[in-house]
Amino acid sequence: MNILFWTIQILFVPAVSPLMIGIIRKFKAMFQKRIGASIFQPYKDIIKLLNKDEVISKDASWIFRFAPYIIFCISILIGASIPIFTTSFSGLPTSEIIVVVYTLAIGTFFLALAGMDVGGAFGGFGSSREMTISAFAEGGLIFSLLTIALISGSTNLFNISNNILLIQGKSIISLILAMGGFILILLAETKRFPFDNPSTHLELTMIHEAMTIEHSGKKLALLEWAAANKLAIFSILLINMFFPWGIATNFDILSIMVGFVSLIVKILIVLFGIAFLESTIAKFRFFRLPDLLLDAYIINILAICLIPVL
Amino acid sequence: MISNNIDFILLLSIFLLGALLSLIFRRNDRLANYCANGLAIIGSIWGIVLALRHITNGYYTNLSLEIPALRVLSFSIRIDNLSAFFIFIISLITLFASIYAIGYVQHYYKKYCIGTLGFFYNIFILGMLLVVSSSNAVLFLVAWEVMSVASYFLVIYDNNNPKNVKAGLVYLVMTHVATAFIIILFLILFKFTGSFDFEIIKLTQATIPAYIKDIVFVLALIGFGTKAGIIPVHIWLPSAHPAAPSHVSALMSGVMIKTGIFMMIRMFLDILQPVPVWWGYTVLIIGVISSLLGVILALTEHDIKRLLAYHSIENIGIIMLGIGSSLIFSSMNLNSFALVGLIAALFHTLNHAVFKSLLFLCAGSVINKTNTSNMAEYGGIIKYMPLTALFFLVGSMAISALPPFNGFYSEWITFQSLFQGIAVTDITTKILFSLSAGGLAFTGGFALMCFVKVFGITFLARPRSIKINKVKESSFSMLIGMGGFAIISLIFGVYSSFIVKTIKQIVVDMTVFRENVDTNAINLTNSININNNFADVSGIWVFLALSIALVSTVFVFKFIINRKQKIVTGETWDCGTDLTPRMEITSTAFASSMIRILRRVVGPIVTKEVKFDKDNLKYFPKSIQFDFKINDIYGKYIYKPITDSVSWISLLVKRIQGGNTNIYIMYILLVLLIALILLL
Amino acid sequence: MFQILTKIFKTAGNVTPITKEDLQHTEIIQIGQEINKKVKKLFRGSLAIREVDAGSDNSCEQELVALSNPFYDVERYGIHFVASPKHADMLMVTGPVTRNMAEALRRAYNCTPTPKIVVAVGDDAINGGIYKGSYAILDGVQNVIPVDYSIPGDPPSPKTIMLHILKILGEYDK
Repeated sequence: MNILFWTIQILFVPAVSPLMIGIIRKFKAMFQKRIGASIFQPYKDIIKLLNKDEVISKDASWIFRFAPYIIFCISILIGASIPIFTTSFSGLPTSEIIVVVYTLAIGTFFLALAGMDVGGAFGGFGSSREMTISAFAEGGLIFSLLTIALISGSTNLFNISNNILLIQGKSIISLILAMGGFILILLAETKRFPFDNPSTHLELTMIHEAMTIEHSGKKLALLEWAAANKLAIFSILLINMFFPWGIATNFDILSIMVGFVSLIVKILIVLFGIAFLESTIAKFRFFRLPDLLLDAYIINILAICLIPVL
Repeated sequence: MISNNIDFILLLSIFLLGALLSLIFRRNDRLANYCANGLAIIGSIWGIVLALRHITNGYYTNLSLEIPALRVLSFSIRIDNLSAFFIFIISLITLFASIYAIGYVQHYYKKYCIGTLGFFYNIFILGMLLVVSSSNAVLFLVAWEVMSVASYFLVIYDNNNPKNVKAGLVYLVMTHVATAFIIILFLILFKFTGSFDFEIIKLTQATIPAYIKDIVFVLALIGFGTKAGIIPVHIWLPSAHPAAPSHVSALMSGVMIKTGIFMMIRMFLDILQPVPVWWGYTVLIIGVISSLLGVILALTEHDIKRLLAYHSIENIGIIMLGIGSSLIFSSMNLNSFALVGLIAALFHTLNHAVFKSLLFLCAGSVINKTNTSNMAEYGGIIKYMPLTALFFLVGSMAISALPPFNGFYSEWITFQSLFQGIAVTDITTKILFSLSAGGLAFTGGFALMCFVKVFGITFLARPRSIKINKVKESSFSMLIGMGGFAIISLIFGVYSSFIVKTIKQIVVDMTVFRENVDTNAINLTNSININNNFADVSGIWVFLALSIALVSTVFVFKFIINRKQKIVTGETWDCGTDLTPRMEITSTAFASSMIRILRRVVGPIVTKEVKFDKDNLKYFPKSIQFDFKINDIYGKYIYKPITDSVSWISLLVKRIQGGNTNIYIMYILLVLLIALILLL
Repeated sequence: MFQILTKIFKTAGNVTPITKEDLQHTEIIQIGQEINKKVKKLFRGSLAIREVDAGSDNSCEQELVALSNPFYDVERYGIHFVASPKHADMLMVTGPVTRNMAEALRRAYNCTPTPKIVVAVGDDAINGGIYKGSYAILDGVQNVIPVDYSIPGDPPSPKTIMLHILKILGEYDK
């Protein structure tokens, strides 16, 4: 039972994340009244890329060659440390809110360095923009997780999820405000509208894509997969931290099934929300983005002040 | 408690010997180098042993020398746990900095006198050791002066460069103004307690009226804060630290500014307790402002050592956050949380010393080989100096608080102490703590961005100037110096809970925690556990988790999937044009989006001058000159008015000295008359 | 926002279908060596195309852009356009290759990782088309980089281009 649980916990996020990207693209295609690729298309993309050869610039150093592995392993590690369909688990050593934030920052660090490594014109400014957004997003991220940590009295992700289930009516406002802040941070960190267009071809509008422009073959596959993992991680955090009703609190087969089904339903709602956002609003001008991120931070400060004193 | 006075005297004499020998042998560069640095290495090893003995075995050093005829000039040295901790920090940094210096100083041979460098270096360390161990205000001031003057001579050592001499002057003036404040501080304490001895002041300080204590607080903050480098008295730091030779910069930035912190902890949390709560608020606010402004100003820099100096200001801000929260909790009688805050501050002091020295030493290696400290001329150095680049990467990850290195754990504890503040206090304090924690979070983000910029522009991509062609890897001793710090950084991160346990033992002894402290607020087995499982992090397990994840990812994807993949070396994709090194990102461009966003804080001045082919038809520009400067806010709005008003007052006062002897005789008569009237 | 939503719900979907009949009537023109069956199978579910404009008059570009619109919707076959040749599997080259673009075209070709397919789209790309013999061009892509297939037409319609790509990959080729 334990081995099965561990396998599912580790493999769930990387297995499901390309499917999530596929579902978002399908929703967007439906909004545009076309058929679009099948929802399993990202899997085929990744498998094809893993089987291709690579062309690496002669100016690249070991950071360029090694960074995709580091970024991917960080996304797998964090994917295994978040509560997915049950909360009765003490968690990995990295299941703590500050550790999660800074471990994800390791991934951003190496991605930005790999973007600057080959000395192309695009990678440099992609790294610059990515780091600017990420610098402002960290405050909002730590604070939205802090709000629910204070409401639930622990900073371990699994305990938070468990305790939010028992939340009293007085703290609901703080929870909703924190969720609003977290949604803004989710869009920022996973590079979706209004922060970045994930399917753009114009280099001057790219943020995340500009850093992956030089990668090919296996490295590109790992980077694309890691970006999908990050979307999955943030969506599951949004669902299981801020709206965990339905999640299992023990290892009972029935409750795990219920937890699984509720997770799927909630993920679909989140993905539909993201696709809806991408089909109706436009990408914001770059210098308006820090305002949005500071808004996320301020919403969370407000939420903290509104928590009834413990 | 074993009394052990000989050890400390031995320590001081080793450094004194090093200073004298290096002066005696100053004709012979190599001998002076080996004497100075070799004896510094021996001294620092002995210092580490001494400090560890004090902390773990309860040794106790108490030296005092009374001269009954000169009551105020008594001499007393007392090494308790806090002093031993700082002696440990000083010795650890000196050890690797001196190993590094053996190779580094060689590039000053034949240009300057190595003997004087060695002399002032050892005297500087001697001064610092006496500062943290002296228990008497007069001895303290003497040691403080020795430390400041020795470091002044080290700052202006490279005196062919006029900028260094100017930097030294600014440093000398600022540190003496600070010393003036400290002298007034001790004089006030003497007036009210009747003694210069710290222990006696501690015992009698209850008789000092509250408003005097407040004045003492402000004086201490300005005086010790100038040495520590808090905003707004930081202006000497960004010029002085880059001017000194790199191993001295490492010592100044890693250790000397911490002596200011040491005295602040000593004053506020040990000697003057209990304190009003607004002291803690002030320190907290200064901490937030220093950390945020320090890192934002660092982002605008393109000189690598000035940038690192601004990061020192930022980290001092973080340490002040820990001290501030500790002060606030102790004033509210929540002593167990105060413990957490102080442990955070002390751990960050240790960690910052390690990784800042590492960064300065690596920067010194790079500057040594390229003869420039302007980042716009760097690039691609990772191919020529791979080990230096690796150590700089470790330092960058440590200072940006990325696990598994040590910077992360001390920032974690700082966060936890601020979170406890948010959780248990009333609404105004809660908002203050929230803003501080937010400041810390944003500081972490900005620091990460700054170090991506520094590492990327210095070491990655292609060289931006031809100076890089002659670059070779650093010499062996320099590599050992840097490598030692890098490995220590990793070890302090992985074994963070053990180190924090030792710091907790040190801190529990201080006056503020003598009564009613529930030491369960922070529990340490092989993980750091705050407030009965509110938060828990384990250095060892995080490191293991990261390594296992990395090793398995590399194994699966490199060696199992698609083993037959061919990797071809080609060109960078440049849309088909010729890519020159001038098309790479520069440090100004990297930070430009952030500077534009923060323009109200930083105040960039952009001037653009365009020369046209034909002046009446402005169609074809011939040349464009683009100037991007950062406004020097502190110089313009704070220091220039102060210096201008001082000059103006001096000019006014000059009129008293008329030069006419008759006026002087009138002055003497006037004074005699007033004295007669007062006597009657 | 609601105006967009009502518009989306009211518009009928109108995607051009591709039938087996269409595919049987299309002949692909092979210039270089036949592409390996394994390579075709690798790209069958997911093809990344990089479009290189080697000095064309934009007629072929417009048709290629039309491939991604809701009528022709080339994404339903797993084919998508990418921003960098390092991400690409197939290079679609248009234009008669002017002298100034020859080096850029070679660099794009060198940056594309193997296995790759090069397709010359339009009469201009095949042999210079209506510009043949001009001093400014190099008379066709095959004089610069090795071409595997070509799609004739001035310009070929999006449906023709799609049929040719599907035939090259051997889809529906049971």
